[in-house]
Amino acid sequence: MHISVRRAVAAATMVILVAAAGACSSKSGSGTSSAPVPGVTDTEVVVGTHTPLTGPAAAGYSKISAATKAYFDYVNANGGVNGRKITYKIMDDGYNPATTQQVVRQLVLQDKVFAILNGLGTPTHTGVLDFLNTNKVPDLFVASGSLSWNQPQKYPYTFGYNPDYTIEGKILATYLKANFAGAKVCTFGQNDDFGDDGLKGVQAVLGSGGVTHSEKYDVTNTNVAPAIGALKAAGCQVTISFSVPGFTALAIGTGAQIGFRTQWVVSNVGADYATLAGLLKAAAGPLLEGVISDAYLPSVDDSSNGWISLFQRLNTQYNGNAPWDGNVLYGFSVGYLFVEALRAAGKNLTRQGIVQAVEKNGFTGPGLFGLRFSKSDHSGYGGLQMGKVQSGKAVLFGPVYTTDDGTGAVTESNATPAAPPANGIPA
Amino acid sequence: MTLHRMTLLRHLTGTAVAGAALFGLTYVLDPFRDYQLATAAAYLCAAAGLTVLIGLNGQVSLGHGALMAVGAYTVAIVQNQFGDHNVVSQWTVPASLAAGVVAATLAGTVIGLAAARLRGPYLAGLTLVVAVALPAVTTVYHGVFKGDQGLSVFLPPVPDSLGVDFPLERWQAWLALAGALLVMLALANLGHGRFGRSMRAIRDNEVAASLAGIPVARVQVVAFLVSAATAGLGGGLFAVLSQSVSPDAYTLTLSLNLLLAVVIGGAGSLAGAVWGSLLLVLLRYWADELTGNLPLSAGLRTRLAGNLPLAVFGLLLIVVMLAAPGGVQGLLNRAGRWVRGRRTGRSAHRVEPSVGEPTAAQHSAPDAEPPAPVASHT
Repeated sequence: MHISVRRAVAAATMVILVAAAGACSSKSGSGTSSAPVPGVTDTEVVVGTHTPLTGPAAAGYSKISAATKAYFDYVNANGGVNGRKITYKIMDDGYNPATTQQVVRQLVLQDKVFAILNGLGTPTHTGVLDFLNTNKVPDLFVASGSLSWNQPQKYPYTFGYNPDYTIEGKILATYLKANFAGAKVCTFGQNDDFGDDGLKGVQAVLGSGGVTHSEKYDVTNTNVAPAIGALKAAGCQVTISFSVPGFTALAIGTGAQIGFRTQWVVSNVGADYATLAGLLKAAAGPLLEGVISDAYLPSVDDSSNGWISLFQRLNTQYNGNAPWDGNVLYGFSVGYLFVEALRAAGKNLTRQGIVQAVEKNGFTGPGLFGLRFSKSDHSGYGGLQMGKVQSGKAVLFGPVYTTDDGTGAVTESNATPAAPPANGIPA
Repeated sequence: MTLHRMTLLRHLTGTAVAGAALFGLTYVLDPFRDYQLATAAAYLCAAAGLTVLIGLNGQVSLGHGALMAVGAYTVAIVQNQFGDHNVVSQWTVPASLAAGVVAATLAGTVIGLAAARLRGPYLAGLTLVVAVALPAVTTVYHGVFKGDQGLSVFLPPVPDSLGVDFPLERWQAWLALAGALLVMLALANLGHGRFGRSMRAIRDNEVAASLAGIPVARVQVVAFLVSAATAGLGGGLFAVLSQSVSPDAYTLTLSLNLLLAVVIGGAGSLAGAVWGSLLLVLLRYWADELTGNLPLSAGLRTRLAGNLPLAVFGLLLIVVMLAAPGGVQGLLNRAGRWVRGRRTGRSAHRVEPSVGEPTAAQHSAPDAEPPAPVASHT
């Protein structure tokens, strides 16, 4: 009969194990259970994010959430927002959608966060859209330029942050049309929404025949030589690259090796100079000189900009002086926007309230152009300025352009960005 | 005693009891725990098949993550076809899971036919190639599989009859647990019968088994195929749980994690696979919780971000393997024998053949360590 004894032992251990796990969960949940709104007490608001801290996408991107947290630490040290300190729970998903499912459920169901802020990645975040919206969890400022985030009817709680890749494609193409008239324009894009939406924008301006040749790459295959060779064979004089930093570096490096002389134009997602220079090492100077890009945040190298000097100061004080680059700037900007939204949602903070506050918009962050948020539009930044690498620095020039993701024209904006408040905290 | 003799009846009773207990458990747990339970159950489907393959038949596979991907993508494609044609009935999920099992079995047959000719590290090498290569298929056939971005999976909503407040996670846990129980029942019966004895005979000595009239190659192929089918079900359940499939979720790491679940639970033991699957889900989670509460400076935190939980996870695994080289189940078996030995004296060391713990059964010496898993070849 000892088999049944063994079974009983096994069963008992399992019950104890699960019960212990359950006990842990109820303990950590009870701190906020008295409050009517999940994650909100009179003295604290808890928000969470999913982001790659490990794995192939972690390089660069892992610095974003740390910078956002550093900004919250600064705000907390100055009394928080409406008397509440912000607690930011950062969960590593390794850019694996299955892990994203797990960690976002943990944040919402177990840690009872008030909102998900700046969840990173198109494939990863797509998987949790339904979950977050059925549970009515504000899903603010997704770190990706996919068009999926702007579906207010279907996903009323989700808001984007980056300008979508279609408006970026349209703006880049408009600049090229005016400044490189008659040149053979080609594209090199990531084989997903990023590359597809970008190409769509370029074709909206140049016409489908306006793109001489189009190549794609997959993140899982680092051999871009055949694609770059095909672009060279097609005689591309200007090449627009919708690529992440790693593949921008590969494309430019491979192009140099095979003697492909082209004007590189790179999407802002993959154009951060510090990140590219780190990847291209000694060759960075000559290879990146003259590369054209665009930006919706001020240039990281522009220390005369009030926002840049503010965030650089906070980076030293609160972020362990992390190497200053576009990712750190991005993280601080997201933190600033969230604090603005919290403030606008008022003392009586509810999930519905912050959604309404974001839809009401009126935010004045470091962006070169405003955010497009409204009741019928949940997409993020709507304007971009052209930039160029000059003597190893990214320099922005010309007007800020804005457009829509449809057939609308690209227009110049004459709005001047606001200066940051003196203490660096939204008033 | 009669219940003891009637293997099938005993297994059915055991499954029913476990099912009832787990059913109750899903009501006790909060939705997040239910989701963790469902994830562990999906792991269990694949790990249980793999533990039979490794522990009972001696074939090491590093490619079961790829077989899970076959099941997952099949479920995704079939479910989305249902969704496109507005078929929202609840039977769609079991139907597409069945399709996933069939697809993974077919893939397993191809690999198994080649695998039956290979031994030890060569077999591991072949399956490793499958694990590395299969995700690349999704980018080559981009039109169907959508490359790195993957597919989202359409799921019919939770049945209305369960009420409006019924959490999706509990429903998912039911689906996954039903699949896992089915797999455990099938594998327990398989391991206990003639086929199980053939597998063990081949593992211990192929020549001797062949001389005894056992068709070695056929048994090996069928064993691989069975484990492929369970991996397909596990992968399909993953697709149902995460409502998305993408190559990043089915990398070599997943294959290695399955092997980890098998070894840490105790190779060849179905109960061990349960432990392995639970630990796979819970250890990661505990490591996160543990490191999240450490007081660290901002700079140090940024540098360690994400890596510290992984390091703790690895450390915990090393500790478990040092404390229990025969896996968790080996440790429990020893503890059980010790308790019985104190109660009834030395006679209790008589070991009866038992289903589910075959490694313990064939090593009758009370203090013998269970065999080093075949994985040590790799």
